[in-house]
Amino acid sequence: VIPTTFDYHRASSVEDAIKKLQSTGGKLLAGGHSLVPLMKLRLSEPAALIDIARIPGLSGIKERDGQIEIGAATVHHDVASSSVLRQKCPMVSDAAGEIGDPQVRNRGTLGGSLAHSDPSADYPAVMLALEAGVHITGPGGSRVVKASDFFQDLFTVDLASDEIITGVQFAPVKSAAYAKLHQRASHYAIVGVAVALDVKNGGIQSARVGLTGASSHAIRLANVEQALAGQPLSAKTIESAAQLAGKDLKEINADIHASESYRRAMIPVFTRRALEGAAARA
Amino acid sequence: MSTPVLPKLVGQRVKRREDPRLIQGLGTYVDDIKIAGMQHLAFKRSDVAHGRIVSIDVSVAQGMEGVEAVYTGAQVAEFLAPMPIGTPFPSPAHYAIATDVVRFTGEPVAVVVAADRYLARDAADAIVVRYETLPAVIDTELAMTGKPAQIHKDFPNNLAVPLVPSGTGVPPDGSSVDDTAVNAAFAAAEVVISQRMLNHRLAPTAMEARGVIAHYEPGRTAMTIWSSTQNPHILRTMIAAMNGMGQDQVRAIAPEVGGGFGAKINIYAEEYVAAAISKKLGLPIKWIEDRSEAFVATIHGRDILCYIDLAAKRDGTVLGMKMRLIADIGAYNMLLTAAIPTLTMLMANATYDIPAIRATLTEVFTNKTPTDAYRGAGRPEATYFVERAMDMLARELNMDPAEVRRKNFIPKDKFPFQTQMGAIYDSGDYEKALDRALKNAKWPELKAQRDAAKAQGRLVGLGLAMYVEVCGIGPSASLPTGGWEHSQVTIERDGRISATTGASPHGQGNETTFAQMLADQFGVPFEHVTILHGDTSVVKQGIGTFGSRSQAVGGTALHMAGIKVKAKMAKFAAAMMEANEEDLVFENGKIFVKGAPAKGKTFADVSNYAYIPVPLPPGLEPGLSEEAFFEPSNNTYPFGCHISMLEIDRDTGEPRLLKLVAVDDAGNLINPLIVEGQIHGGLAQGIGQALIEEVVYNSDGQLVTGSFMDYAIPRATDFPRFELDSTVTPTPVNPLGAKGVGEAGTLGSTPSIVSAAVDALSEFGVKHIDMMLRPEKLWRIIQGGKA
Repeated sequence: VIPTTFDYHRASSVEDAIKKLQSTGGKLLAGGHSLVPLMKLRLSEPAALIDIARIPGLSGIKERDGQIEIGAATVHHDVASSSVLRQKCPMVSDAAGEIGDPQVRNRGTLGGSLAHSDPSADYPAVMLALEAGVHITGPGGSRVVKASDFFQDLFTVDLASDEIITGVQFAPVKSAAYAKLHQRASHYAIVGVAVALDVKNGGIQSARVGLTGASSHAIRLANVEQALAGQPLSAKTIESAAQLAGKDLKEINADIHASESYRRAMIPVFTRRALEGAAARA
Repeated sequence: MSTPVLPKLVGQRVKRREDPRLIQGLGTYVDDIKIAGMQHLAFKRSDVAHGRIVSIDVSVAQGMEGVEAVYTGAQVAEFLAPMPIGTPFPSPAHYAIATDVVRFTGEPVAVVVAADRYLARDAADAIVVRYETLPAVIDTELAMTGKPAQIHKDFPNNLAVPLVPSGTGVPPDGSSVDDTAVNAAFAAAEVVISQRMLNHRLAPTAMEARGVIAHYEPGRTAMTIWSSTQNPHILRTMIAAMNGMGQDQVRAIAPEVGGGFGAKINIYAEEYVAAAISKKLGLPIKWIEDRSEAFVATIHGRDILCYIDLAAKRDGTVLGMKMRLIADIGAYNMLLTAAIPTLTMLMANATYDIPAIRATLTEVFTNKTPTDAYRGAGRPEATYFVERAMDMLARELNMDPAEVRRKNFIPKDKFPFQTQMGAIYDSGDYEKALDRALKNAKWPELKAQRDAAKAQGRLVGLGLAMYVEVCGIGPSASLPTGGWEHSQVTIERDGRISATTGASPHGQGNETTFAQMLADQFGVPFEHVTILHGDTSVVKQGIGTFGSRSQAVGGTALHMAGIKVKAKMAKFAAAMMEANEEDLVFENGKIFVKGAPAKGKTFADVSNYAYIPVPLPPGLEPGLSEEAFFEPSNNTYPFGCHISMLEIDRDTGEPRLLKLVAVDDAGNLINPLIVEGQIHGGLAQGIGQALIEEVVYNSDGQLVTGSFMDYAIPRATDFPRFELDSTVTPTPVNPLGAKGVGEAGTLGSTPSIVSAAVDALSEFGVKHIDMMLRPEKLWRIIQGGKA
């Protein structure tokens, strides 16, 4: 990694990090797995890096008042191996365990993934399916943004340059699953679908479906969610709802790993698999 | 009371002594070496695939703090001649740094010398180059028509090597072609298989990228060059020649080398430039390749297109073969570039007794990174083409793929076997390897499993491939450097053994296997033997490690040097004990008269006497150090059989390897554990080619797979547990009977997997699928489209 010259600061607290962001105009560094590859290619040339990886309290997984909170600096490996998540909301651990490779999972962080919002990243789809709240702190205080409002466009999220994601919080859903077609080099998702079902007495009360890999940023599949809501949880429901997945998307990503038409065809396949996975946990 | 008996180590699974230091981060690589005053290079590289350099503005770069010098290609050409190649084919001048036209993305156009790596890179980024863009030549067959552009002035239609014929009816010099036998074979054919196949382009991607330090010392008029290379002696030869120095004035050192896979045979532009600038400035110069550079500036492998025709009878007997090869060699000839596809021609006979073969080879320039040797180097290509064609024949005739091969094998009693292609296969028993693989794979049960899976709607297929390769290279006629290897074995005063080898291991484990051999030869503990390599001041002569030659050729040189020094040591021991040297036994750290170990001398005592010989036995010189050169009479031809089982996801087209059974015959094995490691690595790269590795350029000549984000390399999790076994057919061309095994894994695995994919998708009527087996490609077949 031969980047351009930058200053390095280690932040002692979130407040300290915000001050340093404002004074330097720099970028936050946590696991470095989105930013450093860009710096290596000199596509990103920040004047300063503010290291937030060691801010006390910024990492960890807690259960509080029936909600799960994951600190922004929590690395993927810790999410993948969390006993709380495995028990209460295994989809999140599954998705974390499919990110990159062990080295990536031991360095990369949840907050970094969300802030970067790579169109093929796994976490955004999962956070959408859980309708997680993204906790953000800035100079003016803290705010919570719903995942569905947070992801806005290609590498674009509702986050100002002097704000920091401190974590996410969501109501755990047991009957939820993530299914992903791996890009074999990067192990990003060619297509990734996260599904969370609210099932009562064999019927789907409501469903949330997040899709990554197919478009400029992760999105909810409203038509699939509507087709599921109020229906009995059955193979037939799953099959017919999955068939709708991606049908209303006008633009689909394409690259050497998957053409537009192949990606489009894979959306129902992985929607069905995620639905089957979620149904098996209901 | 008896002394502990030292076990015989040759043939044992001794753990690699190299590993503890490597896995603990205790190895010293080029980048770990620092010299006071050292300057660093950064290359400005072309971002267009084909263009005329209009202007280069280095003014900003030159003025930056810490920048010692900036040179354009034209300026470097004033003190560095075009780079030499090691093949006899005509070749365009290839300047280390482009002087007027750039011909591939990543070709250097200028170089910065600066106080550290970061400053050097900053300055390189500050150089502004303007190009007149020329059309990029990317499609191989289009290039052969001279379209859309001619890359080199004197090479019309971009033909680097115009059609070269070989095989039946062609004398070794290629001066005439008699097609009678081949035409007769095809006229008599009851079935003809014809297929276009591409063995696609790969990036070698060693874990350690390249790196070099050149240190010219004006006071000593001597150059030391450290490089991550497979062959320090060849590096020394070339660096000396290109800098007007004698070989005595240049010392080349290969410290720890983190993988080569053939890509580090070459002497590269960056090495020549570092050495020339060091000599010019009188400063130590370092260059370390980054990964982005490695994808464009280190050679690529494979990229050979083949039109193959197989003529056969309906009983499966192959009557003849035609193989038209077109090699896309990229923009320039590197050291062995032009020779690699000739090895594909050489091995066109494969394991079969084919009565008539016509092969032709054309090599084509394109605006891509040059190709050269990559693990297997020409032989995996031949294996792939022939084995895929044999599989298509079996499918056409509804024969078991094993039986169609068995029917055509060169029988074991016909060795040494003169092939149609001019090779003389040393020894072989192909049926034995096939039968062992079929037995280990439980072939009939495996076929039943496949059929049962298919009946359930799963897409499961089986693939089988034989291979034979040319290794242990070789007689001096087969290499421009000479084909021998050298070793010196020294018994130190304290009875420990130091031995040098001109083979330059970079993952092959020769520090272990060679120590096993000497420990046995001298009856001393393994721990008392040290193998020295990779430094031309320590290792007097050598060629290097490539072409699966280090054990067969380097190991034999070591063995021969050991015999010499042992004979001398026996004379000293005989003098000490007043015994006949012929009666002496070397065992358990002692030398004694056979049957009387108690009256023997310790190995250390005899060693000490040899260095303080009072009295000096008549006719003997003091000391125990002998050297040997070994040149084999022929290459070796290892072989084997690889069987794979593959499942393809009907919904997504994703292939998953379920089983891989390999039987490899590398002759006698010194260390089966290390052999298995070599096979594992080779299989990983062979399977990687079939399933996930592919270099992709776009139509503008931009490398799309320029990082590990887009170029996949295989990981352990991509594989099932390999099921390995070996048969042993020793070679007569060296006294060890060892053939070589470093590349074998890349040969059979690749076609076996593609054949398994075709088998899995047979219900869709597909006969051949070009690699790599992208899920989308397989999915399209499943959807009823074409491959």
